[in-house]
Amino acid sequence: MIEVADDVTARPTRTDVAATPRDTARAAGGRPGERASVSVEWRKRLEILFFVTPALALFVLFVVTPVVQAVRYSTFKWNGLGPMDNFVGLENYANALRDGVFTDAVMHNLIIIVLSIVIQLPLGLGIALLLNRDLWGRTAMRVIIFVPYVLAEVVAGVVWLMLLQPGGLVDAVFGALGLDGIKQLWLGDPKIALYTVMVVLTWKYLGLAIILFLAGLQGVPTDLYEAAQLDGASWWQVQRRITIPLLGPTIRTWGFLSMIGSLQLFDMVWILTKGGPANSTMTMATYLINQGTNRSLYGYASAVAVLLFIISLVLAALYQYFVLRRDNQDAPKPRKVQR
Amino acid sequence: MSAPAVTPAPGRPAVLETPRRRRSSTSTGGNPLLYVAALVVVAATLGPVLYAILGGFRSNAQLAAQPVGLPDPWVVSNYINVLTSGSFWRYAVNSTVIALITTAIVAVFGVMAAYPLARYTFRGRAMLTTVFTMGLLFPLTVAIIPLFLMIRDLNLTNTFWGVALPQAAFSLPMTIVILRPFLMALPKELEEAAMIDGTSRIGFFWRILLPLSGPGLVTVGVLAFVASWNAYLLPLLILSDPATQTLPLGVASFSSEHAQDTAGVLAFTSLAMIPALVFFLAMEKRIVNGLQGAVKG
Repeated sequence: MIEVADDVTARPTRTDVAATPRDTARAAGGRPGERASVSVEWRKRLEILFFVTPALALFVLFVVTPVVQAVRYSTFKWNGLGPMDNFVGLENYANALRDGVFTDAVMHNLIIIVLSIVIQLPLGLGIALLLNRDLWGRTAMRVIIFVPYVLAEVVAGVVWLMLLQPGGLVDAVFGALGLDGIKQLWLGDPKIALYTVMVVLTWKYLGLAIILFLAGLQGVPTDLYEAAQLDGASWWQVQRRITIPLLGPTIRTWGFLSMIGSLQLFDMVWILTKGGPANSTMTMATYLINQGTNRSLYGYASAVAVLLFIISLVLAALYQYFVLRRDNQDAPKPRKVQR
Repeated sequence: MSAPAVTPAPGRPAVLETPRRRRSSTSTGGNPLLYVAALVVVAATLGPVLYAILGGFRSNAQLAAQPVGLPDPWVVSNYINVLTSGSFWRYAVNSTVIALITTAIVAVFGVMAAYPLARYTFRGRAMLTTVFTMGLLFPLTVAIIPLFLMIRDLNLTNTFWGVALPQAAFSLPMTIVILRPFLMALPKELEEAAMIDGTSRIGFFWRILLPLSGPGLVTVGVLAFVASWNAYLLPLLILSDPATQTLPLGVASFSSEHAQDTAGVLAFTSLAMIPALVFFLAMEKRIVNGLQGAVKG
């Protein structure tokens, strides 16, 4: 069996040693001739290069370079055209931190992080426990529950925009329930717009929490339930004492994902409110785009991007240290018990 | 975010995890309250989606007179208008092409890079793995301004590549992180047997490893495809020419251009949902397993 394709890739490198793949294999198999092993070593390096280069090049060009550039741009005052020669040091950072709109945006991101977890954790856990029982139509419900997550944030946002408009479905539902007094300019009132956005986000992302929790529930060993039932524990006691504690690692990982997602929130806000009214739903990402592409303050927007990254990194590190550390220490994980 | 930046646990290939069917230990029988709760959840989840689809079959007058209600009579002109407008199809085709390019690049480059990182021993392997893994920390948002300017300087504005290449690059870390343990889990004997038969490493990669990594590739491919299909921020900045715009951009601009035409917007949005929903129903297991596997430790 001759490896034509491989020989082509390897040939340019072979100067004197004519090692066929068969030789290579033999050499690797424990009879290394001196020259063969040098060639094997070279061949291996070239193979590694061949395999890694495309991904590495793409990664360096479109991920590493822009990130490094963002740091560089952030120290200039620059509108994206002409030479970038107005070095201002850390002035962009100072300006951002002094801008109330930005600090409010950071606050909004933090509110969204906290509310997401506070709302979605109990709701998601409750629904996951519900769907983990022998309900009729359980499989169908598991699919349905995930539908909002699959839709594009833009698509979901536009649908909710229609639902929330004055005289739309949401108002009609409240009207039907006799709660006409609750009707609001859901997205038009600065006092409540952020919470309206929060409701839409809950609708969109609850399915992810439920699906992840359900996966975690599958790892809870059945014999534990049986033992608890034999001991006369009620369903609720079983959930509280066994299921939820064993679900800990899944919940903590979900919390991390939820936090990271909340920090980068852009699409939904851009569709629903563009950050308004009166900047009341502005997030770091919408602020960044506002300043950057809409007002061409590229240096300033880059500083905002770097701040966004630093804030995310700090929060991620804190979460890792205070919350996830326990998982890394706990050697026996629940699902391993089952093996 | 459209797809979460998942931090997968190393050493456990997502896809090798077959979902264990376990009968729930607590047989609940037919507690009606549970069914009421389940019904509320389903209604709240599907309500907005159904409202959009049904609303597309109503006229604006119907929607204004009675926000809740079935179409009476059923109006198909909204859907017909969208389907015959041409722009909807153009958006859909653009979305498909960009998602396919992104997925192809991610799958090919990803599995190629994951292979040596998983199955070769060489100096710098750990460092290289870390470089890719670190990519998970950098969301597209952080790099968006320089990316926008770079794509402009490369003359890739308003091209599919201008969106697909950065998307693929940002999907690579996740792909490699999922595929590496998957490739590591394949038995070493396979490689030894192939070597003894005279197959080179590259031959082994094409003939044995690639076919065996099919399930892993499908998972990362589906995740990359969905992320690209739903993407908004990057296309928003790169694709200003309507001829190159994707469905999310189309939905957004249609809804702001026809703000008064609620029924039309609902019809357009409903049609934009269909590809994602069909794809999800077809790939449900893969998507769910991929996300679940990525979180399990």
